[in-house]
Amino acid sequence: MEKPVVYDNGLNLEATELRLGLPGTNEPEKQSSTSVRSKKRASPEMAEETRSKSSSCISDADDDAPPPKAQVVGWPPVRSYRKNSFQQRKGEAEGAGMYVKVSMDGAPYLRKIDLKVYKSYPELLNALENMFKFRIGEYSEREGYNGSDYTPAYEDKDGDWMLVGDVPWEMFISSCKRLRIMKGSE
Amino acid sequence: MPEPEVDTRRREIAGVLTGEFQSPSPDQVLENVLENVLLFLTSRRDRNAVSLVCKSWYRAEALTRSDLFIGNCYAVSPRRAIERFRRVRSVVLKGKPRFADFNLMPPNWGAYFTPWVTAMATSYPWLEKVYLKRMFVTDRDLELLAQSFPAFKELVLVCCDGFGTSGLAGIASKCRQLRVLDLIEDEVTDDEVDWISCFPESGTCLESLIFDCIECPINFEALERLVARSPSLRKLRLNRYVSIGQLYRLMIRAPQLTHLGSGSFSSSDIVAQGDQEPDYISAFAACKSLVCLSGFREIIPDYLPAIYPVCANLTSLNFSYANINTEQLKSVICHCHKLQIFWVLDSVCDEGLQAVAATCKELRELRVFPIDAREDSEGPVSEVGLQAISEGCRKLQSILYFCQRMTNAAVIAMSKNCPDLVVFRLCIMGRHRPDHITGEPMDEGFGAIVMNCKKLTRLAISGLLTDKAFSYIGKYGKLVRTLSVAFAGDSDMGLKYVLEGCPKLQKLEIRDSPFGDAALRSGLHHYYNMRFLWMSSCRLSRQGCEEIARAMPGLVVEVIRNENEEDKDGFEILYMYRSLERPRIDAPEFVTIL
Repeated sequence: MEKPVVYDNGLNLEATELRLGLPGTNEPEKQSSTSVRSKKRASPEMAEETRSKSSSCISDADDDAPPPKAQVVGWPPVRSYRKNSFQQRKGEAEGAGMYVKVSMDGAPYLRKIDLKVYKSYPELLNALENMFKFRIGEYSEREGYNGSDYTPAYEDKDGDWMLVGDVPWEMFISSCKRLRIMKGSE
Repeated sequence: MPEPEVDTRRREIAGVLTGEFQSPSPDQVLENVLENVLLFLTSRRDRNAVSLVCKSWYRAEALTRSDLFIGNCYAVSPRRAIERFRRVRSVVLKGKPRFADFNLMPPNWGAYFTPWVTAMATSYPWLEKVYLKRMFVTDRDLELLAQSFPAFKELVLVCCDGFGTSGLAGIASKCRQLRVLDLIEDEVTDDEVDWISCFPESGTCLESLIFDCIECPINFEALERLVARSPSLRKLRLNRYVSIGQLYRLMIRAPQLTHLGSGSFSSSDIVAQGDQEPDYISAFAACKSLVCLSGFREIIPDYLPAIYPVCANLTSLNFSYANINTEQLKSVICHCHKLQIFWVLDSVCDEGLQAVAATCKELRELRVFPIDAREDSEGPVSEVGLQAISEGCRKLQSILYFCQRMTNAAVIAMSKNCPDLVVFRLCIMGRHRPDHITGEPMDEGFGAIVMNCKKLTRLAISGLLTDKAFSYIGKYGKLVRTLSVAFAGDSDMGLKYVLEGCPKLQKLEIRDSPFGDAALRSGLHHYYNMRFLWMSSCRLSRQGCEEIARAMPGLVVEVIRNENEEDKDGFEILYMYRSLERPRIDAPEFVTIL
């Protein structure tokens, strides 16, 4: 059994974290995919300033993909204007952990939240509860949310509506496009 | 200010009255006839040929040329151009080389508009049109332009920088005959000046207003009033600070538009559920003349169905800022039977391109841009998309395709299926990447393109390439005028093949390829026929470049250092071009002219 990840402040939040997975699920796999993603979110200014032509690279935990190369100036030949159009707004558009719309059944106005601000499901659900003034029930793998009329759902990249909490947090924030607090049981 | 010919006429009449008049010589008659005929000759290549016939024809041609095209602003001085061509109405000026767009050229390299506008202000009082590409234009230049040319009608600035909204305010307020103000991919500084409000309060003659590159908010109410008082407006391209609700308000005032840039195509954050949104569909349906659609800078795909009514008439659609997926594209493209020009992001994937191939049988130009422009990104399009396009769009003339994976087979297929290709630009974003199925270099693919596409004039190559690819280009690329090379080739032979084999080569831009001084020497016979040669991060030495400069006095040979470069002899870039003038005096410190 893997040693649980211990956070700096000594609290073991993993015990209360909502996620799907058998006990002893491989942590390092998640880590490497996280690190690749965080490279993708590296600021374009930093990338473009790297004037080194040698492709010195940091080898990745993932052996299959070729190691990421240091970014070369002016390559690929896309004008900065175009590159920057997407670096700024890609997060919003794809819902890759930035602002997503939140609707609640019965409420007249939508809200927007920044998913990047939250580190886990409990934090996110807490924030939603405060924003819309309601209470979510207990999550369980088998039964979803029990003990309340409200169920949090999200629309993923494929356009399907999914129950919040089923997939690991990192996967959730990279695929979540919008949120909806549904009222009444399914 | 009277035109020169008026003075001549006055003298002739005076001569008749005083009895001093002599019948014009046969030569003079011929020249007068020639002038009248030449007025109809517009092609600059034809005119260049005419001017070489004899001195008389040279003079006649010079007097009748009204459109001046200068492909390199440093090839000739303003004074020389103005002395030869005295009656110019329209000027095209191009400055920096294209690789400057990708931050390869240090800033402040040059290409200043100031000496040109200053000279033209006094010599071309009837100037009507100015078209600038990759020039440095200041607010003062624009101010001078606005003041000096009472008949001024068209200003088109492409990939320019150095000016801001205060310069635009000057143009808007002083150019009373202005019909066209097109700002395309410029860097415009936000001086917090409301330039839109500066257009004349009475009606305008505006036919085209393009400002989609301006990265600052505009006064929307003023724009709405401007559109309302511009009955001739046909082309309007908005920037991303115009929301879809605002777009609606403009469209209902201007249903006569033929070209529309739709701005952000999204709404502001708070949208009340159940609130009535304007009927976007009928606004688009009312634009019966719309043939060219672009914008979608921050698109909310839910709004896409609004454009369905115009799809059947569209000849040009630019989705290259629209982050949409395959299904969203399919829902639109299935209606676009007449489409000839299509720009899109690779977010639509190969399947999206297959849908394009299935419907757009009239497609002439395709550009597929990467949403994630880095070497190691995912790459949602591949040889599958390229193959599909080649099979469905047989009339294709121009393609620009960014991808992460490609095969020779698909490129060869395109060379056979699309014989009308004039422009083939393939950018495999990973450097030195081979055919991802066979592991072979991409030589055969590009070889097939030059071999089979007999009309090809522009080529950009990428991927793993050996000298063989260059030998194909030299052997078959007889019409190639523009060639872009990056991270390619094995040895000097590569560049030699091209310089010795391509007689029409005009613009050659090379980066990070192993070509050295010997290769450079092999082009001596051809450099005077070229507009420019750019070589950066290759294997050139200072002596090699000096040799060229000595051998060819009509070339300006610039070696450009990195600004931070300590070694005063080292350099990153060789940029050389033919010129009628002595080397320019406005070069910055990091440029050495040999």
